[in-house]
Amino acid sequence: MTARIGVVTFPGTLDDRDTQRAVRLAGAEPVSLWHRDKDLQQVDAVVLPGGFSYGDYLRAGAISRFSPVMESVIAGAKDGLPVLGICNGFQVLTESHLLPGAMLRNNHLHFICRDQKLRVENAATVWTADYEAGQEISIPLKNIDGRYVADEHTLDELEAEGRVVFRYADWNPNGSLRDIAGITNAAGNVVGLMPHPEHAVEPLIGTGRTDGLGFFTSILRKLVNT
Amino acid sequence: MARVVVDVMLKSEILDPQGQAVQRALPRLGFAGIADVRQGKRFELEVEGPVDDAALGRIREMAETFLANTVIEDFTVRVDS
Repeated sequence: MTARIGVVTFPGTLDDRDTQRAVRLAGAEPVSLWHRDKDLQQVDAVVLPGGFSYGDYLRAGAISRFSPVMESVIAGAKDGLPVLGICNGFQVLTESHLLPGAMLRNNHLHFICRDQKLRVENAATVWTADYEAGQEISIPLKNIDGRYVADEHTLDELEAEGRVVFRYADWNPNGSLRDIAGITNAAGNVVGLMPHPEHAVEPLIGTGRTDGLGFFTSILRKLVNT
Repeated sequence: MARVVVDVMLKSEILDPQGQAVQRALPRLGFAGIADVRQGKRFELEVEGPVDDAALGRIREMAETFLANTVIEDFTVRVDS
């Protein structure tokens, strides 16, 4: 038996196909989920992929958060459903209050597209178990609204509870507070990050590294073993 | 029809690089003496029916849950006369 991992498509989503492909390469079965459909089709986990859902109008993720599919994703996440938000998906998760804080325009105001080195700070989440704490990985980063912010109290809490999952290594590309690139919720089932693991899963493309594949093998291993 | 205006501004402690970019451009354009610029959003709502306390309450709820992200933004609601 393999795991079924839902990949949500909003109007304006760009990376749903790459995410489905990454899920398949890891050995799981991708299930396409449509933003207007509340039915999660009994998937074992959900990925909110990158893009510009609803044109990023109002704020990135602000309108997607109220889509029918998100009602089910939010309810599921509160019951322990594993959810990964990548880039725009991370923005949707903060707008949904499944993750604390918010995402703002990069401090230099430029769209950025580069390979980004990250340090894995928490290798205990269901999405990062195939990495090691302290490991450095390099995966693509591409966004303009990537500056993670939260109040000091929330930042202290995230650090004290080990909920900073990734930090930018070498260089902070957007002015995110405390170099945060990705975080998890208190229960550890919801993870969001700005860079794109789904674009780094095949040696043939990109930098030739497959540093992003671990996200998808981590969740598969977790789902198959439980 | 009555108009209600919702102004949304980034909280003062949140860095606003867009406002800073505007502020930095001003001297070059010959506008001196502006020490700081903060950029925000203004929503103009054309309200059907009376703008009573109940209607304003609903608009505040709308602003709090949707028009503004209160993690990073503050908002004000006022009736435009």
